[in-house]
Amino acid sequence: MTADLSTTATSLLAHAQATTAPGTGDTAGSLVAADVPSVVQSIDWLAIAPPTLTALAALVVLVADLFLPAHRKRLLGYATLTALAAALAFLIPLRSGDRSTFCVTTGAQACSYTADHFTVVIQALVLGGAFLTVLLSLDDTRKLPAGEYWFLLLASASGAALLPASRDLATLVVALEVASLPAFALVGIKRGDRRSSEAALKFFLSSVVATAVMLLGVSFVYAATGTLHLTEIADRLDDVSPVLDTLAKTGVALTLVGFAFKTAAAPFHFWVPDTYVGAPLPIAAYLSVVGKAVGFSGLILVTVIAFPSYADVWGPALAVLAALTMTVGNVAALRQNATRARSAVRLLAWSSVAQAGYLLVPIAAAAYSSDEQIGSTVAYALMYAVVNLGAFAVAALVARTHPGNRLSDYRGLYATRPLAALALGFFLLCLAGLPPGIIGLFAKVTVFSAAVDAGLGWLAVVMAVNVVIALYYYLQWTAILFRAPDGAPETAGPDTGSPASAPPRRFRAPTPLTTAIVLTSAAGILLSGAPQAVLRFAAVSLF
Amino acid sequence: MTVIDISPSVMQFLLAFIVVAPLLGALAALLPAPPGLKGKNPDQAVLRHGVTVTGAVLVAAIALAAGFDHDHPATMQATTDISWIPALDVRIHLGIDGISLPLLVLTALLTFLCALYSYFKLPAGPSPKAFVALVLVLESGTLATFAVLDLLLFFLAFEMVLIPMYFLINRWGGDQRQSAAWKFILYTLLGSVVMLLGLLLIGLKSGTFDMVALATDNGRGLTTSVQVIAVLAIGLGLAVKTPMWPLHTWLPDAHTAAPTVGSVLLAGVLLKMGTYGFVRILLPVAPDGMRTFAPYLAAFAVVGIVYGSLACLALARTGVKGDLKRLIAYSSVGHMGFVLLGIATMTPTGVNGALFANIAHGLITGLLFFLVGAIKDRYGTADLDTLAGATGAALYGRAPRLGALLAFAAVASLGLPGLAGFWGEMLTLFGAYSPAEGLSRPAFRTFMAIGAFGTLLTAAYMLIVVRRVCMGEHAPHSRLSPDEHAPRTADGSPQSGAAGSPSSGSAGPRTATTPQLADIHPYEAAAWTPLAALTVVAGLWPAVLLGLTDPAVQQLLAGGKS
Repeated sequence: MTADLSTTATSLLAHAQATTAPGTGDTAGSLVAADVPSVVQSIDWLAIAPPTLTALAALVVLVADLFLPAHRKRLLGYATLTALAAALAFLIPLRSGDRSTFCVTTGAQACSYTADHFTVVIQALVLGGAFLTVLLSLDDTRKLPAGEYWFLLLASASGAALLPASRDLATLVVALEVASLPAFALVGIKRGDRRSSEAALKFFLSSVVATAVMLLGVSFVYAATGTLHLTEIADRLDDVSPVLDTLAKTGVALTLVGFAFKTAAAPFHFWVPDTYVGAPLPIAAYLSVVGKAVGFSGLILVTVIAFPSYADVWGPALAVLAALTMTVGNVAALRQNATRARSAVRLLAWSSVAQAGYLLVPIAAAAYSSDEQIGSTVAYALMYAVVNLGAFAVAALVARTHPGNRLSDYRGLYATRPLAALALGFFLLCLAGLPPGIIGLFAKVTVFSAAVDAGLGWLAVVMAVNVVIALYYYLQWTAILFRAPDGAPETAGPDTGSPASAPPRRFRAPTPLTTAIVLTSAAGILLSGAPQAVLRFAAVSLF
Repeated sequence: MTVIDISPSVMQFLLAFIVVAPLLGALAALLPAPPGLKGKNPDQAVLRHGVTVTGAVLVAAIALAAGFDHDHPATMQATTDISWIPALDVRIHLGIDGISLPLLVLTALLTFLCALYSYFKLPAGPSPKAFVALVLVLESGTLATFAVLDLLLFFLAFEMVLIPMYFLINRWGGDQRQSAAWKFILYTLLGSVVMLLGLLLIGLKSGTFDMVALATDNGRGLTTSVQVIAVLAIGLGLAVKTPMWPLHTWLPDAHTAAPTVGSVLLAGVLLKMGTYGFVRILLPVAPDGMRTFAPYLAAFAVVGIVYGSLACLALARTGVKGDLKRLIAYSSVGHMGFVLLGIATMTPTGVNGALFANIAHGLITGLLFFLVGAIKDRYGTADLDTLAGATGAALYGRAPRLGALLAFAAVASLGLPGLAGFWGEMLTLFGAYSPAEGLSRPAFRTFMAIGAFGTLLTAAYMLIVVRRVCMGEHAPHSRLSPDEHAPRTADGSPQSGAAGSPSSGSAGPRTATTPQLADIHPYEAAAWTPLAALTVVAGLWPAVLLGLTDPAVQQLLAGGKS
């Protein structure tokens, strides 16, 4: 089913065009008379290269899996890595951000696929996130069915890359499902693991409900406006006939609820912790970054582009949602028991819920001031992606010696793996937003300034309190890293730091994992020195 | 007039060096020592590295002070202004004037003395490597706070000290260090994120984050309501840091638990970041908002003065087992109350007094924490009852130089004329006598009276401390029976009925205890003499400081018109 979806996404696109273009009937693709303009939409292959390449690679990997002997399966992982790197490389010619394709040939100027700055940035985030996920998975997938794993990952990534580019509701929903459906399978891929299956089921049910609700909303909006193109919807929502007003409002609300589910905003967040804990660790990392990016880009597209005339409805709603989400996430993260199994992943799961709250703030602010505010969300999401994947990479490293992945397992990490401990400490402080995590600090500053600029003082204060709560658990974890290891006295003599005290169970860290940690920490440190690299998105209009 | 002529570009470099060098030094401290510099052992090498870096920074700071144009202390000098994050309009804008220069030098000096002190007296705790790195990051953060002229950069520098100080308390501290460290960081962070909101409000409403431009504007670009909200938010953050009563509760715990060096830096430097923020940001940028809150600020300040003194008096009583470090921490609350009172008057006299008291408090309380740390090392406790009791200090007899220095620091702290503590308190009280226009005169005169009463209380507890620690407990029967291991008794309880000075000779062989009652070591003398000397200099020749701050303060209050 997933394969079908990913490959037919493009054809669905064209179909959506045909049905929405007024006055063309069902003549799409057929020869038409000379006086009727052709409704066959032209395709800019370069513009759609990143998601297309990823989708093709997914198929290639799936087929190649059939012909590769078991001991060569590792190659599939490297093929996936190469495909994602190539897809990332295809973003470079698109960086001017002025391409659109699948445009309506008649009537209004509306396109279904647009590679503007927003699209390119989010695609870079999504593909980069998938790339790092592959690095995390390369050594963890031995017990998993390799072919399926890489196929599902690539398929999901292609959907996630398609989503920020979609500019009509049909493509949006299709892209969202292409991104989500493989993710259910990935969560449940640990065969015979009860927790994994349970997590997959929970994730599936909540996500399907979200999709159903969203589809209902989309159909209402379509009924009220008669178009699926986001820009057209925005125009026509301005003067909906009073009869259809309730319908349009309900449609807007239901669509937003669907996206709130996907972004795991409270009160639709309950599936997150169990899903993250049950899923393989790299998939939890993938969901926390790419999954969130999907939800957010969708939310931004529908709110800012399609429903600006209802800003007085979704603005306050999102502001309340943001406050609720960050508070729920942080309070739950605060209550994590350090000795419980997998408490580290559980903490990261709750912290990702809280971070989703921060990400919502600028979108809510966009309702009150200008669209440029959502740049803060993009900048924050970029920072969060780098740092959170880094934290998950170190967690994956620790999980190799301590499969339980308790918070208490991190005690004394500095003594055994000083660099990994320093990297994790840096990531956590970035998430907390305190120096030396300068990029985390300034990303938070942009979010704060979006809220203050929009006059959402109360939300800024709620967020300020949340930053303090969050500091408590991030710093507690950081402090654990530098404690003396179990068994050693807490205030050991001055010889603790000497290299002579070799750890008992040291093993060589796998290269891909090390690469992932090095890449993310290098990115984090570089960004801390030159925050402008991501913050520049916060100051300009991305559309 | 400059002491030495230094070209502007060198001055620029010196200031940038002062801010960046400790950071680089902190990184270098984590790396293994290069072959030529290994020293006796790695610990010694890294501690020496700390001394070298802080020493270099101190030299640079002194050179900066020498090259500073003392005829124009109101103009920003050694300025660097480069764009860093255009998206947020953050510029790396550095510069010093008469207000920040003394604080900069004080910070460099205190950190150097702390590094020197720890070189000889290893901090008890995990590896000194991390200790040196953290102290250096702390130094960089504080120096940056005093050197930057951009609101967001100020916030960054303000936050930079939190993590190092947290770990210094948490890892190298004494009893209850965990909870004390948490209290410190959560309080100050809550304060500083609220401060960030205020800074953003000012920056977004006025369109610039540049402190010089904002100060020149003098709040003309901001409506009164914006100013009031901004002052409330920023003032809250700064007041937690200062600390102002009733937001001070983190301070005694943090000081009690922190290692000696941590206490010295906390009291000597970190608290000044709060008051500096009041003077540098709130007074010139939001004068209307400040005027609204000045009476409340002054009221809280005098309550802090009296409250701090009463808390100290309570701790100094016999039998309550008051901790000497805690007592000095509470005395800091009182002293910072004077500083806040001076700022709240919004007059040149008051603000100058506040800045003077700031520096004086840094010198004197830094010295006091050094001394108390040394006493605690010698006796294993800072419990006043134990120190005063039979097993206790009686410093005049057993370690006369230490005792004399403690007495000196105590009388300096209570504001004896001729020492540094005097001028600050006197000028703030003068300022409160005739506050700025628009402020209620009767209210401020009442505050002045209460503040003056506070100085009496300060004198009272300081003298009680000196009497108990330096002279020993007054005992009706002075039979000398000091235990052999008396100075380090595990339970620290006073032996029954014993009192007086064990080193008075009559105990014969029992004077074997004297090595553990060592008087001031040479390294201690080296670390403390500069502080004592500067206390005297600042007391006898206040013009050297006031000449620097006064023109700058006049200009800040006048909004760059002069």
